[in-house]
Amino acid sequence: MSTIFVVPTRKKRNPGPTGTRPLRSKGVRESKGYRTFQVFNYLLLGALAFMTLYPMWHVLVGSLSDGRALMRHSGFLLWPLGGISIEAYHAVMRNPNILMGYQNTLFILTVGIPLQVIVTSLGAYVLSRKTFGLRNPAMFFITFTMFFQGGMIPMFLLVRDLGLMNNLLSVVLPFTVNAFNLIIMRTSFQAIPESLEESARMDGAGHFTVYARIVMPLSKAVIAVMILYYGVGLWNGWFWASVFIRNRSLFPLQLVLREILIINDLASMTQGMGGDDMVSLSESIRYATIIVSTLPILTVYPFLQKYFAGGVMIGAIKG
Amino acid sequence: MNLKPQRSMKLKTRIRTGFVRDRELLLMLLPVVVYFFVFHYIPMYGASIAFRNYSPARGFAGSPWVGFVHFIRFFRSVYFERLMVNTVLLNVLALAFGFPAPIILALLLNEIKNRWFKNSIQTITYLPHFISLVVIIGLLREFTVTSGLINDIRVLMGFARRPLLQLPQYFRTLYVTSEIWQTIGWNSIIYLAALSGVDTQLYEAAKIDGANRWKQTLHVTLPGIQSTVIILLILRMGRMFTIGFEKIILMYNPSTYSVADVISTFVYRSGLLEMNFSFSTAVGLFNSVLNFAMLLLANRLSKRYSETSLW
Repeated sequence: MSTIFVVPTRKKRNPGPTGTRPLRSKGVRESKGYRTFQVFNYLLLGALAFMTLYPMWHVLVGSLSDGRALMRHSGFLLWPLGGISIEAYHAVMRNPNILMGYQNTLFILTVGIPLQVIVTSLGAYVLSRKTFGLRNPAMFFITFTMFFQGGMIPMFLLVRDLGLMNNLLSVVLPFTVNAFNLIIMRTSFQAIPESLEESARMDGAGHFTVYARIVMPLSKAVIAVMILYYGVGLWNGWFWASVFIRNRSLFPLQLVLREILIINDLASMTQGMGGDDMVSLSESIRYATIIVSTLPILTVYPFLQKYFAGGVMIGAIKG
Repeated sequence: MNLKPQRSMKLKTRIRTGFVRDRELLLMLLPVVVYFFVFHYIPMYGASIAFRNYSPARGFAGSPWVGFVHFIRFFRSVYFERLMVNTVLLNVLALAFGFPAPIILALLLNEIKNRWFKNSIQTITYLPHFISLVVIIGLLREFTVTSGLINDIRVLMGFARRPLLQLPQYFRTLYVTSEIWQTIGWNSIIYLAALSGVDTQLYEAAKIDGANRWKQTLHVTLPGIQSTVIILLILRMGRMFTIGFEKIILMYNPSTYSVADVISTFVYRSGLLEMNFSFSTAVGLFNSVLNFAMLLLANRLSKRYSETSLW
């Protein structure tokens, strides 16, 4: 047994450290102390939910508020100020930078996701085969990279030497396979009954046929998880894009966002607008920008949540 | 499969028959091998420029060796002490507060009987995990500027308005709290899974022995998730010196460098912005070695004290 926590075989019957009354064996279920705890527990978790959601709500309401009223307002925002106004969204839609960012990010997703899912699943299939002679060395070859990396500068020099600077592929190719995702997929493939594969092989099917006709069609859930994990990673990634992509017309959405939200570049934010509206609208425009760029994830998220979480569980079995 | 008859064969023959038997699998594995070779092992070899004077014309292999010059320059530089202190402190704080938080959340969620409430809390707290760092730090800026919500609250409590992100004394608090805000829900998933795997018979037995809920938590639940906790702690400690540099780059500015600048952000500035390739690779390699040493240490400790380990 462990030395940190010891499971006692018999418990003494003295009051617990929370100060509950001495317990009789029949009255264990709902002590007064436990009921008080339950109330606190609901309140605490409710407060946590509020703290998580409020910032998003503030941004949503702020983006729909009247820009000038928002500038003067202080404190919590519960409802759009001065009636619902979509002025800020008009400004965002007119901004060519955001449109371009969206296009570049969509390109990254359409090239990246299929590539990542196909290469990862091929590798996961091979490594899930018990008959594969080089299984253990290949696994070591992959997992070693989870613990030791060459670092930021060699990676930069490599991508530069490959001629990928200012090329959108530079934020896709170096991230084709994530070792952790590969392990998740492999674990899921291992759970498919071997008898299915054996009967197909008896009929003369090769490994590629088994992969394409049996394993992949049976793995829709894990493929969904992979699409989501890789998709979210590509959508949210900004760091390597900021290193590899200097040409402004190739900026993915997150780099445009960084200029608007972090570097606070008024010129980039209000491009396509005229007059002195710029300053008075700047706060609501920033909010609207956040909503527009986060909306795709926020809308699909509640429906896909169970798949997202499922991936963590699969990975946890053999991490 | 049946390997016995092959064992008597000569090594050469075994390899050859293995290749013939597995040729389709090898072909399918090829893209993965090429990927890891090119984008992981070549940079690992490229890290050797830490011991060279890198010149772009000569590449990784052709640049002349100089030994430990760059390391010594880093150890002697005025930034060394500050970078070490900041890196260790920020990570220790993030670990001390950020690591237990999802465990506590999972334990609290585990006590909720109402399924609807439990699912809602989970859905809500997972959400920030999917929001991009750029947006998260953008939000943090909106809320911490002098006219922002946090300053409105400070005024109500009798404090003065402060540009919180510009002041060094608030940086660590903001870093750690925003980290917990973003990750608490998602990181609790794995503990919830571990909690649901605890044998219910153990709870029954504890009840018969007269244990209340608190004692059951202490003596049944916690030992039940102990190995999960330890594995995650080891993994987390192995990332001790790398974690969060993308976030710091978005959060910091020259006025907060004194507390915010860590080894990896220094590598970023000196390597990618100032183009000191060999020097910054040396600093980065020093960082990787520290990381790896931490991982080995944590793994060793846990092997000794809890019989749980990564390998």
